[in-house]
Formats: sequence, C-alpha cells, structure tokens
Amino acid sequence: MSLKNWFLSRKIIIITGAFIGIAATVLQKLGNPANMGICVACFERDIAGALGFHRAAVVQYIRPEIIGFVLGALIAALLFKEFKPRGGSSPLIRFVLGFLAMIGSLVFLGCPWRALLRLSGGDGNALFGIAGLVAGISIGIFFIKSGFDLGRNQRVRPLAGWVLPSIMVGILLLLIFRTQLPTGAVFFSSEGPGSQYAPVLIALLIALIIGFVAQRTRFCTVAAARDVILIKDTYLFTGVVSLLIAAWISNIILGQFNPGFQGQPVAHTSQIWNFGGMVLAGLAFTLAGGCPGRQLFLSGEGDSDASVFVLGMIFGAGFAHNFATSSSGAGPGTWGPAAVIVGLIICLLMGFSMSDLAKKKKEVSV
Amino acid sequence: MSEKFDVRGLSCPLPVVKVKNKLTELETGTLKVLVDTGTAKDNISRMANNNGWKVEAKEQGEEYLLIITK
Repeated sequence: MSLKNWFLSRKIIIITGAFIGIAATVLQKLGNPANMGICVACFERDIAGALGFHRAAVVQYIRPEIIGFVLGALIAALLFKEFKPRGGSSPLIRFVLGFLAMIGSLVFLGCPWRALLRLSGGDGNALFGIAGLVAGISIGIFFIKSGFDLGRNQRVRPLAGWVLPSIMVGILLLLIFRTQLPTGAVFFSSEGPGSQYAPVLIALLIALIIGFVAQRTRFCTVAAARDVILIKDTYLFTGVVSLLIAAWISNIILGQFNPGFQGQPVAHTSQIWNFGGMVLAGLAFTLAGGCPGRQLFLSGEGDSDASVFVLGMIFGAGFAHNFATSSSGAGPGTWGPAAVIVGLIICLLMGFSMSDLAKKKKEVSV
Repeated sequence: MSEKFDVRGLSCPLPVVKVKNKLTELETGTLKVLVDTGTAKDNISRMANNNGWKVEAKEQGEEYLLIITK
C-alpha cells in the first residue's frame, strides 16, 4: 500500500479522530476554555476579536490552533503534491454561507467540533445542537440531491492559493510579538474564555499535526454525517465517533467530565435555539461542502473558495457580537433567534434557486 | 459502453454523487472519470469499492483518470 493510500485506511481515520479528541481535551487541561479544547468557530471568533472586528472583551485572542490547521494542511498538501491553487466557484455565495454558518454556530455556542467536545464533557445541551446539525445536513442533502451546485472551480494563479496561509503567518507574528498599537489592537482578553489558552507552542504543534493528518485523511465532521445519509459511506463517520469516544474517556481521566444540562461552561439551556442555531450552521456547511475545519484544511491545499468561506466566518463573528446575535451563558442574544430565521430563509433561497428545483418550477409555470 | 465523465472543479460531494448516479444508470460496462483533486479521487474510489465495482486510478499530470468497471 502506498503512503498516500495508507492514510485513507479505516484504521488511520479512527486514529485521527481519537488523536483529535484526546488533543482537544489535553489542550483544555493545558489552559483552553472548558469543553472548548478545539472549536473552529469560537477560535475564529476570538481571532476576529483580537483584530478588533468586534469588541466583546472576553473573546479576543489569536488562536494558534486555527493557524496550525491551515499550515499543517499546507505542509501535507505540498509534500503529497496536492497543493492546487483553485477558485471561482461562487465565491460571494460561499462568503455568505460562511457568514451564516458562524451566525448559527454562535447561537448554539460552538461549531460541529465543539458540539462533539461539549457532549464528551457531559454537556447534555449539545445533544440538541447535534440534532440540529443533523437536521441542517439533511436539508442540505435534499438540495444536493435536487442538483444544488455552486459551479465548477478553475485552476488559478499560484498566488491565490497562498493568500490564507500568508494571512495565518501574519497573525502568528502578531501573536508572537503581541503588537500593541495606540488603538489598542491587537486585543487580548484579560478575563473570560479569550484569556484562557494553552501554551502557544504546544497548541501550534498539536494543530499542525491535526492539519497535516486531516488533510491526508479528508477528516470532516459534516461530511461524516452527510456521507452516511447520502452515499452510505461510514469512513468519516467512524473518525467522528472515534473522536467523541476518545474525548469522553480522556475527559473522565482528566477529571473534566461533568454530566448535566445546567451550568455547563460557555453554554445555554435554550434548547430550541441550540437546535435552531445548528440547523442553520449544518445547512450552510453542507451547501458549502464541508465543516469549518475542512474549510481550513482545503485552504491549506490552495482552495481559495474555501478561504473565502473562512473569511465569511470571521466577518460573521464580528457581526454576531456587534449586532447581539451571539448567545452567552444566559441564553440567545437579543437578535440571535431573528438572525437564525433570516439565515435559514437565505439558505433555503440559495438551495432552491441554485438547484434544479428552480428549473422545475419554471417548467411547470410555462 | 465506455465514456469519459468530467467532474473536475466540482465541490465535495458532487463528484462522487454525480459518478454514482451515472453508474446507477449503467447496467454493466466501464466508466472513465476525470477528476482533479485527491479527495474526489478517494471518495469515488471508496464508493465504487463499497459497491463491489473495480477501480483503476491513473495519474495524469495534476489530474486523475479513474476507470470504473461495473
């Protein structure tokens, strides 16, 4: 078996999932926020805060995990000759999908990765988020089966593939040198989740490994459910189950397993919006082709459409905190439920108008 | 029946979905598929193997030609 195919065996995806699960719980032990050893949406939100795109003082930090995911995938893609700069597949639609995925994630308070980690730490509220995620993915599958298509990408000049990795190197330098401008930027939280972090070098190293392995194994938390429903393929699903079980066992060993619904860290008990937020996120991720982690790994491969999605998420994080759509431990933000409803309407409009459903409707009316 | 089916440039999961649909229409024979990413190549190969169809992958520069026999 070639090294390329070795990474694609069932055994390796199980090990990958287990490594991510254990790494996340260890990162929590080393300082990352509770049940948030790794959360792609939350960490991109923290980066948005550090850069001043929002001013929620408790969630501002440059998370090396995000940087490591992109750069680890970049290294793997370069080594295995899969760095292929490409783009041009409805970039603005992908930006909006990234934006909406972040809005939904911040109503639930976590992306699919954190939903699994919250559950592994005993947070029962995550069950409603995961149910919402599966519902959102199922709606996305309906549109895919109906011919939803964002259009083909094309090979682009190499520079386009290097943009997001370069931005990651840039913000890594801001983290290392902790640049302070007279405006106050770069912003670093002195209290709250943004002030809780694992040592930079350890977090970066772990994330580089995850980025490398995830690029090779194609790890994706949304495709895990999507592929089971759509094409009866359990490959990625076994990786996600492995993540959940490994994180659960690791949490018990590390004394981080606290079962219950009330008083869970960075979580609320408004189940309808835990569910609703993740319906929106799951639908947006599915229409865009993968979970937030996968979008980072694809960016490392030179996929500039995935990079646009990532930038949409960061923009969405700024909006979510500036316009009070993000939840807190007390419950959904003032405009969170309205934002989820509007977001769902936008996604449904995209689903109908960019699939064969629009054509069928036209034919019927003619 | 032998034809070349181009799924280059399509986002995940469209390559595997389109190829699966195409193969479902095919009773027996060979389908040649052009893909341009490792992920699409892997997903299509796994789907074909899971269905008991034979897959041969050939690297052609930065692209792949998959020959699937049903």
